[in-house]
Amino acid sequence: MGSHSSSQHHFAFQNAEKAFKAAALIQRWYRRYMARLEMRRRCTWNIFQSIEYAGQQDQVKLHDFFSYLVDHFTPSSHHERDFLNRMFTEDRFAQDVETDKGDDYESIEVPDSYTGPHLSFPLLPDHATALVEAFRLRQQLHARYVLSLLYETRKHLAQLPNINRVSTCYSEEITVCGDLHGQLDDLIFIFYKNGLPSPERAYVFNGDFVDRGKDSVEVLMVLFAFMLVYPKEFHLNRGNHEDHLVNLRYGFTKEVMHKYKIHGKKILRTLQDVFCWLPLATLVDEKVLVLHGGVSDRTDLELLAKLDRHKIVSTLRCKVRKESENQEEKRKVNQTNSGQRPTPWFLPQSRSLPSSPCHLGSGLKASKACRSCSIPCGSVEQSRQVRRSVDLELERCRQQAGFPGIKEKGEPLPSAPDCDADAGEVLEPTQEEWKQVVDILWSDPMAQEGCKANTIRGGGCYFGPDVTEKLLEKYKLQFLIRSHECKPEGYEFCHNRKVLTIFSASNYYEVGSNRGAYVKLGPALTPHIVQYQANKTTHRLTMRQRISRVEESALRALRQNLFAHSSDLLVEFKKHDASESGVITLSDWALAVESVLHLGLPWRMLRPQLVNSSVDNVLEYKSWLESLAKEQLSRENIQSSLLEKLYRNRSNLETIFRIIDSDHSGFISLDEFRQTWKLFSSHMNIDITDDNICDLARSIDFNKDGHIDINEFLEAFRLVEQSCSEGHASACLQSTENAENGGSSPGTR
Amino acid sequence: MAEEKDREGTEAIVAEFHKKIKDAFEVFDHETNNTVDVEEEEPTGYIRYEKFLPVMTRALLERKYRPIAEDVLLRAFEVLDPAKRGFLTKEELVKYMTEEGEPFSQEEMEEMLSAAIDPESNAINYRDYITMMVIDEN
Repeated sequence: MGSHSSSQHHFAFQNAEKAFKAAALIQRWYRRYMARLEMRRRCTWNIFQSIEYAGQQDQVKLHDFFSYLVDHFTPSSHHERDFLNRMFTEDRFAQDVETDKGDDYESIEVPDSYTGPHLSFPLLPDHATALVEAFRLRQQLHARYVLSLLYETRKHLAQLPNINRVSTCYSEEITVCGDLHGQLDDLIFIFYKNGLPSPERAYVFNGDFVDRGKDSVEVLMVLFAFMLVYPKEFHLNRGNHEDHLVNLRYGFTKEVMHKYKIHGKKILRTLQDVFCWLPLATLVDEKVLVLHGGVSDRTDLELLAKLDRHKIVSTLRCKVRKESENQEEKRKVNQTNSGQRPTPWFLPQSRSLPSSPCHLGSGLKASKACRSCSIPCGSVEQSRQVRRSVDLELERCRQQAGFPGIKEKGEPLPSAPDCDADAGEVLEPTQEEWKQVVDILWSDPMAQEGCKANTIRGGGCYFGPDVTEKLLEKYKLQFLIRSHECKPEGYEFCHNRKVLTIFSASNYYEVGSNRGAYVKLGPALTPHIVQYQANKTTHRLTMRQRISRVEESALRALRQNLFAHSSDLLVEFKKHDASESGVITLSDWALAVESVLHLGLPWRMLRPQLVNSSVDNVLEYKSWLESLAKEQLSRENIQSSLLEKLYRNRSNLETIFRIIDSDHSGFISLDEFRQTWKLFSSHMNIDITDDNICDLARSIDFNKDGHIDINEFLEAFRLVEQSCSEGHASACLQSTENAENGGSSPGTR
Repeated sequence: MAEEKDREGTEAIVAEFHKKIKDAFEVFDHETNNTVDVEEEEPTGYIRYEKFLPVMTRALLERKYRPIAEDVLLRAFEVLDPAKRGFLTKEELVKYMTEEGEPFSQEEMEEMLSAAIDPESNAINYRDYITMMVIDEN
């Protein structure tokens, strides 16, 4: 009996032990799986973020390029002069808006067939609510009401100070929201969950209302409407995307022209004005500072409060005042900048020249001396010569000017007739003022102490916890609320909880990529965060599925990026293959890829997703590059090096085209296209002959009327995002057949 | 001679491990100061890279966290399903995962259930579950 029961016990014990071990094994397996999943999620995040920031950097470089042209290019013919003038009509925009009465929207008729919302002024709360409801039902506001709303908004904003002071004693609480980026669903969700704005419910929206999302117009209309209805409780800060130059690249301009084909131009012009009247920051109870980007070690709230914010039309490019009044400031600025500013990318030798996003200035003597600079017509050798002679000229100009640092822009070039520098009362901002604004709109916090130039974005700086501490102490503040950076949870504390990043665009990179969040400040100003994700599908997906979707999207983008650098990658791979065996180790692969792309990604982690053809830890790199190309190319007869170059520069190309198309008609002439390409290629190291470009241009011109539809051109090389591509594909395939019949560009640079 | 070769071989492996570890570490080191935080919500402690590296290297060399083979995993589930029905009920799985071994947290349990459970039968067909997870990994 005893032994029987003991063996039973033994058996039972064995079973229990087995069960325990089995459970432990399953748990260990599951946790390992989840850890890998988390790793994938973070890698994916890194991919999206690095590509996004590289894009922003590109844009700044592009505008540097244009600034450089303005200062150093003397057109050799009146054609070229006109062309350049047209590229810089953003200056003329400012002029138009000054003289524009703005009340001629009344002449715009609203047809009886219009079923959308009607607005009348002064705006009532019901109007604003009706607007939200109408947009939720996907209606579109008529151009007349858009313009009248913008006009009223401008009038209101112009009365506000640069730093808006808000108190929580009137409203019971205040809610601060971050970037929305045209995502109307998120805005509606916030109002649904947190309640509509009211005298008891104050809101601050911290910039970046537009770009990237598809409903930027509607987001703006709602925000402006509520601001007019509750001027004391509803506040807006300017973000770096409230900027017509940034909008050219990131989709807002495109959206406006698409939704408002007739009045779009007028709307954009008015918006440009409205944007620069947006306040720069909001101060809650004199204790919490809310601004879009961040701060720098030079941030001066008094100076920011006093400057004329309206004069800073764009933070990417700015005409600044003559230097004579600002000797002191200039010298100070030079001292801090000399070590910090990265060199202009298109001038490899010049180390001491300042660059992005500063505007390169030169004195009067300099502009005359540079008369010999001109853009060549075609050959590789000539463009190299030009670059060399330009460098020499630049050096001479600098020597003549007397010192190597930043100079404010002196007299305007003889070729630009619209400069108003001598208008007197219309004073441009100083270099210092402009930098202060750039800093608060573009900076990001970092973990290390100190303050250094934000090279990733190309503007503003990285500021450390010590910078935050000093600023809070100097102005007796409790903490800082900023936005500007997407965070997986929609928010993030840093600098010892003294800086809060709040980001309100959920699923920003892709469905399932991140949550959005807003923060409520109670009377004690303690922050209370609310998170959300405005997409029904994401709730139904498991974490595993969500991450897979986002990951796929990121990897696709990354493969595109790799393809765009195929030639450089090949060169780099060959360096690791001295014996010319055609293979390299995976370790070398990782090194090579990073040295070409500079994205700072964990390539060894990502390798299994990017390379599936490796055997025994080595890779046949040529065939890998070919497989990348196959994935991207639509037709084999497009010269892959041309396509590759276009891919790499596609965002720049699109931006340039939109700048050229100054009347936003969607068409540019063949001649404009050719000229654009000449300018572009001579400074971007692209060796494509003039003839090829002409051939290309003519082949893209389907109806042979001398004009190129921008979208069709980009689509011909599959450069436009999916949403615009319907219906064009077949037409484009025909065109590319004729494209490269003449010999194409040799190799690469 | 063989020993030296062995040592060289090990050194090479360790060097490769180190690179891999650094890569992985950097993914989590989002403040780029060579530390990773241990807890998500309120970071109370940080792990410095210098400490992390030797521990992780040894773990990798000892193959402590090797992936578990599919068939081994299947047998583990079968231990918990002695009647060989081919599935575990939701209650059974929850009981084992939250009471045995190194118990799951509430969150972990919910997450596992969301992917594993068949809503119609409220059971986990473990064979299918394993297959799905393994495919996803690769």
